[in-house]
Amino acid sequence: MTVARLRLFGPIAELAGTRHDHVPGASVAEAVAAASERYGDAFARLAAHCRVWVNGEGADPTTPVGDDDEVALLPPVSGG
Amino acid sequence: MHDVPLGGDPPAGDDWIGAGEDVLPTAEALEWAVRPGCGAVVTFCGTVRDHAEGRHGVTHLDYEAYLEQVEPRLDAVARAARARWPELGRVVLLHRLGRLVVGQVSVVVVVSAPHRGEAFDAARFCIDAVKESVPIWKRETWAEGSDWGRCAHDVRDVDEVGPAATPASP
Repeated sequence: MTVARLRLFGPIAELAGTRHDHVPGASVAEAVAAASERYGDAFARLAAHCRVWVNGEGADPTTPVGDDDEVALLPPVSGG
Repeated sequence: MHDVPLGGDPPAGDDWIGAGEDVLPTAEALEWAVRPGCGAVVTFCGTVRDHAEGRHGVTHLDYEAYLEQVEPRLDAVARAARARWPELGRVVLLHRLGRLVVGQVSVVVVVSAPHRGEAFDAARFCIDAVKESVPIWKRETWAEGSDWGRCAHDVRDVDEVGPAATPASP
């Protein structure tokens, strides 16, 4: 089974209680679903509003995820 | 916390980018941006404000970042600015992270150019692009509570930033 490295930031990291995890899934959609199942409804609701990057590049739900790929959930940003 | 110098020596090239917890070297950045062929240097400093939307008595902000991706995204902003205004001299894009109190500088943009028009336009583009395309989040602490910044927006690609992807007329 494919296991990706999950990176979480800001409010979604707070909901999960961690900034790093590993989740199963062969696609972005599967990895996010696995994380949502693990961390609950509030996480899932915010995850739906996050952009997802795989290894630093913008991704969509169908983007394939391989072992050790980095899947990052980015809530709306607020730098500056 | 990062290999890009913030308080240390500026880089060898014409772009100075970085993010970290050190005090931002605003005066040094301004001085560094001065070039013989440039008659205009525009500096923008973002500072911590004592209020936010619906939040009075803000005391401090805590910034966190997707650190490995900050430098690539800042670099993309600098490259996009140079593509739009090829005459730019030097470009400085520095963002501070960690806890900052009211009045401290959180972000610095410095742009030098031959003339003030493109310097102002490019600096405005750069700060907008930094805020929209770099993965950084702020948590606000005010008199009645603490929560993530409300003025947040989906992270965009730098190519999607700005009102129009056209430079000012020459």
